[in-house]
Amino acid sequence: MSEIRLTPAEQLSKEPRKWIATLIVALVCVVLAAWSGSALESNSTGGSGLSVARGIILGILHPTTDILFTLGKNGVPYLLLETMCIAFLGTLVGAVISIPLAFLGAGNIVPKPVALVFRVAVMAIRTIPSFVYGLMFIMVTGPGAFAGLLTMSVCSIGMLSKMFIETIEDLDRGILESLSAAGCTTFDKIRYGIIPQLMPSFASTLIYRFDMNLRDATVLGIVGAGGIGAPLIFAMNSYRWNDVGAILLGLVVLVLIVEWFSSKLRNALMRG
Amino acid sequence: MKQSDGMSLYDRIFRPRTYTLENGKTVNEKRSRLPLVLILILAAIIISGEVTGFRISTLMRRVGYFFVMLGDMFPPDLSYMKDVWGPLWDTIKMSLLGSAIGAIICIPFAVLCSSNLIHRRIVTGFFKFFFSVVRTLPTLVVALIATYIFGLGTLAGTVAIAVFTFAYCGKILYEQIETVDMGSHEALEALGMGRLSAIRYSVWPQVLPSFLSTVLFCFEGNVRYASILGYVGAGGLGLILNEKIGWREYPRVGMILIALFVAVVAIESLSSWLRSKLT
Repeated sequence: MSEIRLTPAEQLSKEPRKWIATLIVALVCVVLAAWSGSALESNSTGGSGLSVARGIILGILHPTTDILFTLGKNGVPYLLLETMCIAFLGTLVGAVISIPLAFLGAGNIVPKPVALVFRVAVMAIRTIPSFVYGLMFIMVTGPGAFAGLLTMSVCSIGMLSKMFIETIEDLDRGILESLSAAGCTTFDKIRYGIIPQLMPSFASTLIYRFDMNLRDATVLGIVGAGGIGAPLIFAMNSYRWNDVGAILLGLVVLVLIVEWFSSKLRNALMRG
Repeated sequence: MKQSDGMSLYDRIFRPRTYTLENGKTVNEKRSRLPLVLILILAAIIISGEVTGFRISTLMRRVGYFFVMLGDMFPPDLSYMKDVWGPLWDTIKMSLLGSAIGAIICIPFAVLCSSNLIHRRIVTGFFKFFFSVVRTLPTLVVALIATYIFGLGTLAGTVAIAVFTFAYCGKILYEQIETVDMGSHEALEALGMGRLSAIRYSVWPQVLPSFLSTVLFCFEGNVRYASILGYVGAGGLGLILNEKIGWREYPRVGMILIALFVAVVAIESLSSWLRSKLT
């Protein structure tokens, strides 16, 4: 075999020509952008957009302090507490519903066709927008935090069961086999073989979902299902930007604190 | 014996159980944290139940009403489909353009966040904080503000989606940049390349596949999310959904939801196929 010697220039010229692929990708991107740009339309407010924006930003930067610190039922602290409670119980109830769904949707527990049926069902549950659920639950419980809680739980099902299914499908069967070889009963196998494998990942998913629910809780407000969303939307619709600023400030600070805690907790869980 | 040094408060209250092995060694087993965690969770459940007015009896008694509206949606009004196409495509276009804009804008900001490319901690810290704050702004609020500024319509929805994508993809991108292998970057800089071209030829190819896959994942979620934005007048499927719910034309609501479901499934399978090609 003769050794091939190339100068850097020759070496460079041997580089595979990828310009056709690049061109096609670029063309597809441009066409997609142009196509989706065609949908852009707005009933413009006649050039007053910038002044509106300035008003909004000024208002938000000067939050009303009296609703920020009052402890009554209309104060920001109580609304935040209510939102947190909705998110917390909503996540828990969602978990209670998702765990059986996840076991039924896991391909290594039930036959494949059954698993597929449950997965499609979960996808269907996930597709319905949250405000539609909110309206449905208001018919069940009347407007208020309870409806919000139930909405949160149903909206959590989609992501929770998807993540749970992944965890269940990653179960290590070897541990179960060695437990039965050691003479453990079924209960022992579940207690020492399955639960320790699932618990950290389930807990971490739940904490993450709690985080997301806290963030999404404003959606509930638009249909009157409790939490901080309703006062926020009312304040925005009546252009009380200072109140919007106060509520947003409270929400942002709360979410940042909870996020910090939850990432600490999840890191601790991951390390075992 | 100063055993309590270096032990947490919990271990000092509930002493570890001590076993003596046959060879005379002692082994400590720390008491489980489970009771403490369970008590905390129970307390949180009771407080939350009080605050939200959770009544299991109400739920049991009236849960049937949940299915009333769902039952009214079937059979869906198939003839209404011809009016669904327009808003459905609007929703998809909104999320496509919004995701693209957000993803492109977030790139320079993500570079400014990465502590391995920018060595000033003030700069990276500031931009990381900026990303967290933008991420906490609820999308619905952004959409509502956008309708005040840009007027009602799909433009406002596109802006809201772009803001959300910007924050989400930006965070993941800077986390990826911070974990890349910096060896090739250093080698290129040692060869005399400028900062930007070194990033372009060493860091960028390493993060590009996973970044594209993040953007696709985000786009998937955005299609679903875009259907809510119509509720505040930001265009798309949510607009007619809200209208039909308001008029109690539930068979048409059912048709809209089925169309949305099919579109979401199609987009998810397309995007997961593309993502499997990328990685």
